[in-house]
This record gives sequence, structure tokens and C-alpha cells, in this order.
Amino acid sequence: MTTTAGPPQAGITLRELEKSFRGPAGPVRAVRGVDLSIPRGQTVALLGPNGAGKSTTIDLMLGLLPPDRGTATIFGGPPAQAIAAGRVGAMLQVGALIRELTVREIVAMMASLYPDPRDVDEVLALTGTADIARRRTERLSGGQVQRVRFALAMVSNPTLLVLDEPTAAMDVEGRRDFWAIMRGLSAAGTTIVFATHYLDEADEFADRVVLMAHGRIVADGPATEIKARVGLRTIRATLPGVPPESLAALPGVQGVDRRGEAVVLTCADSDAAIRALLGEYPAARDIEISGAGLEEAFLELTSDDGDGARPATLAGRAAS
Amino acid sequence: MTATAYTRLEVLRTFRNRRFFIFSLVFPFAMYLLLAAPNRGETDFLKSGVSAPLYYMVGLIAFGTMVAVSAGGARIAAERSVGWNRQLRLTPLSVPAYFRTKILTGYLMACLSIVLLYAAGIALGVRMPAERWLEMTGLILVALVPFAILGIALGHLLTIDSLGPALGGITALFAFLGGTWFPITGSGWLAELARWIPSYWLVKAGRIGVGGEAWGARGWLVIALWSAVLAVVASQAYRRDTTRV
Repeated sequence: MTTTAGPPQAGITLRELEKSFRGPAGPVRAVRGVDLSIPRGQTVALLGPNGAGKSTTIDLMLGLLPPDRGTATIFGGPPAQAIAAGRVGAMLQVGALIRELTVREIVAMMASLYPDPRDVDEVLALTGTADIARRRTERLSGGQVQRVRFALAMVSNPTLLVLDEPTAAMDVEGRRDFWAIMRGLSAAGTTIVFATHYLDEADEFADRVVLMAHGRIVADGPATEIKARVGLRTIRATLPGVPPESLAALPGVQGVDRRGEAVVLTCADSDAAIRALLGEYPAARDIEISGAGLEEAFLELTSDDGDGARPATLAGRAAS
Repeated sequence: MTATAYTRLEVLRTFRNRRFFIFSLVFPFAMYLLLAAPNRGETDFLKSGVSAPLYYMVGLIAFGTMVAVSAGGARIAAERSVGWNRQLRLTPLSVPAYFRTKILTGYLMACLSIVLLYAAGIALGVRMPAERWLEMTGLILVALVPFAILGIALGHLLTIDSLGPALGGITALFAFLGGTWFPITGSGWLAELARWIPSYWLVKAGRIGVGGEAWGARGWLVIALWSAVLAVVASQAYRRDTTRV
């Protein structure tokens, strides 16, 4: 009798996942064909704006929603099997706790449901909730609730940790502690999938960034590669008297915007662009190079697919 | 998996919710004292042949236990509103263990309601042979099975806002049709309908206290049928209920 299908190193596999919801103006295609393979031990960021389909993809991945089409497997089997074996820990997006329990009790309750939990007090200490362990869950601040929810995910001692916008309600200190723990888990071999709309979080903590927009994966790779692909850096310099057309002709430059004496170059390859700029125009000064906001990247990737009703557009772009 | 710690903490939560406690336990108890205490000297209340405290005790026990056992549905709806059911769905907690815990906490509330009403009845002079207490209590507990499952089903089908009125309306309707407020007699269509309704048998179990007879096969059949049908509804509702609320 076999209890686990697939090779032992199998991680997460999503195949042609599709999911629509009934909306007031007809069906909303939340996920429109997602293919994704995540090897064990990888830390993957699902990056995208609100409504990109990140949470629905996570629900499909965990088997919380049945897909309209396609399949999701975790560790080579159906999600329910990995969950029943206690290998999945999760911090989902809707973020409140049940009432009438202390922090320690709710963490202990969660621990009791898993076959191989971590020590409750150790998790309380680790997540910075030891000092509020005897407080009732209904008397916590928003940041404290997030810490406790993180403790709930941690105490299960999971092989796969799934986090849907985990730091959304955390304070700065909470975020720092959170990512420090994540690093430790990742180093210990835990597979981590987290959804976020902060590019810097994805960039800093993920081995791999999967960029989603309008229910599709629009880019997939290391964070630096994603940035490069979507023209994510801008060079700003004071450089009077040079016509924008000449600047646009520099290697790596995609767009030029003149603002008085200053110019702003949007660059697909800022390294090549800055070398060429300084080579040809040594007078350029006050130079700043910065990563552009994620919003700009999204705009670039999705600008002509705004209403979600023209799925062919992106495919057309990809093919061209 | 037995989920002992989970069950223990769920019971603890139930006891800590004061408002829940008051509405599902104290109301029937207070109503009983208000109705029965002023007439405690009546030995042949409304020519029923039984004393007023006994008359009201069996009258309120069906309603009180029905409310108490199904009130857990409101707690399920509250858990869903904060996404807790989705969190639980990602743990190895099995569906039967989850249902067992919910039914157990419902029964705990119902038993407390029974104890309170019995104690008040005894304090007001209700006396009966031990075997009649036992028979009455046993059949009441059996008749509560469909209502415990009903509470769970509604908790998974409705939102926290609609559950209160729905639960109140449905229990009132069951109480009415089952003869909690007016005895079901005769052989009209309403009387025939009542005999297919679980609350009728719940009321009948309580009436053992005033010299009524235990159920025939019909009672067991009706309770079993309702339990089975509601169990299917509840498990379907639970299975479908994984979306973000």
C-alpha cells in the first residue's frame, strides 16, 4: 500500500489552475491558468497588487477552494493529504482570533491538533508573545493579533508554511522579528510561500518571485531578474541642454522624462545605461539610481489588460 | 485522533462567554421561576392533575434544552466570521472530531439547562420516582440529537448577522409545531404533521414527568430520520464552507 505518491523531493505543483467567482456583473475570473512548480525548501513570494489572484491561488493550493480546472498537489499528493499529516502551517489573510481564550491557550489548542508540534513556550518566546501569554485574545492590539497568528502557524512545526500577506498589520519591530524567524525556518529547510504586495519584502526574503496580475503569472524568477524585466530602475540626473531623444538612444534606457534641468531615465538595464550616460555626458551630476515602485512595474506589465476581459492581450505580448 | 485538548478548550470557551450563557441558560430558568413560583401551592394546576411547578417544568424543559443545544450554531458562525474555520481546515483535526466537539459542547449546555430546571423544580416541591426522572432525561437527550445537528448546520450555512433571527425563528416554529406551547391532541392534519416533527417527541419525552408514556417505534424513527437528514445537510454545509467570509 502506498501512502505518498510522487518522488520524495516533490514540493508544490499547480497545473493549469482556473477559478471564477460569481460577481454582480457576471463571472469574475480570479485565477486564469496558473502553472507553478515549487521545489522543496524554496522560499517563494507571490507578488501582486490587490485583486491579482494571490489569495485565490493560495486557497486553491491548499485545497480550501475546488478549482474549476486544473490540479494542485503538495508533496506529491492532494493538499488534504499533506494537511491531514500535519505538514502544513498557514497564516491566512482574514485576521482575527477566536475569543474567550488566552494567547497561551489558543497556541496550545493549535499545537494539540498537530502530530509533532513545537514547544508552546518556545514558540511564545520566539514570536514575542510570551509577555501577553495570559491575556485574552479579544484584548489584543492589531499587531499583537498578527504575532499570535504567526505563533499559530509556527507551533504546527510545518514542512510547508503558507503566509498570505503576513506582515500587513505588523509594526516595524514585528516585521523585523518575523523575517528573522522566517530566515531561520528557511535555512532549516522549510518550504515557504508568501503573498505580499511589498516588492522590498519579496526582494529581500524570497529565493524566487512569482509576479501575478489579473489572475495570471506574468513573471517568475529571482527578484533581481523580475525587476530587470519590468524596467524597474530609474536614473535621475541634473543634465541641462541634452535633448531627450539622444538620451533615449542610450543602451538600457526605455523612457526619458525631462523635468526642468533634471532628467529621469526609466531603464531596463540601469547598469548599462549609467555607464553610457557618464561616458557620453560627463557633465551629468546629482545622480540617483533607484528601484521604481512596484506599481510602475504592474502598470507596465498589465497596462493594456486592465479590465480582465481580454485574456489574449498578455498572451499576444508574450508571443511578440 | 481524539482531540481531547481541543474539546477541553472549546468547553472552556463556552463557559467563559457570559452573554451566551445568560441567553441560553438563564432565560428558560428565569421564565420557570416567574411562572411556577407564584403558583407553587397549586396541586391540581388548571385541572391538569399535576402541580404547577411540575406542569411548568416539563413545559419549559423542551424549549430550554432545544435552545441550549442549538445555540452552538451562533458560536460556529462567529468562528467563521473571523476565518477560524479556514484555519482549522488546515490542521489535521478530522471532520468527525470537529463535529463531536461541537455536539458535545451543545449537549453540555443542554444538560446544564436540564439540571437548572430540575433543581428549581425540586426546590419548588416537584417529586417523582427515580426511574421516571431517568426515563424522562434519557429520552430528552435522545430527542435533542437533531437539534444539536441543526445548530451546526445553520452555523455553517448562515452568517453571524442572520443566524440569531434564523435560530430564534426556527426554534420557535419547532416549539410551536411540536406542542411546547399548546398540547397537540386529536387527529387533524396538524396533529398528524406534529408527529413527524422531532420537537413533538422532545415534548413527549418531557411529558413522562406528568405521567406520559415513553415513545413507540414512531418516535425513534422520526428522531433517527431527522438526525440523518440534518447530518447530511450539516456535512455538506461544512464541506462547502471554505471560502473567505
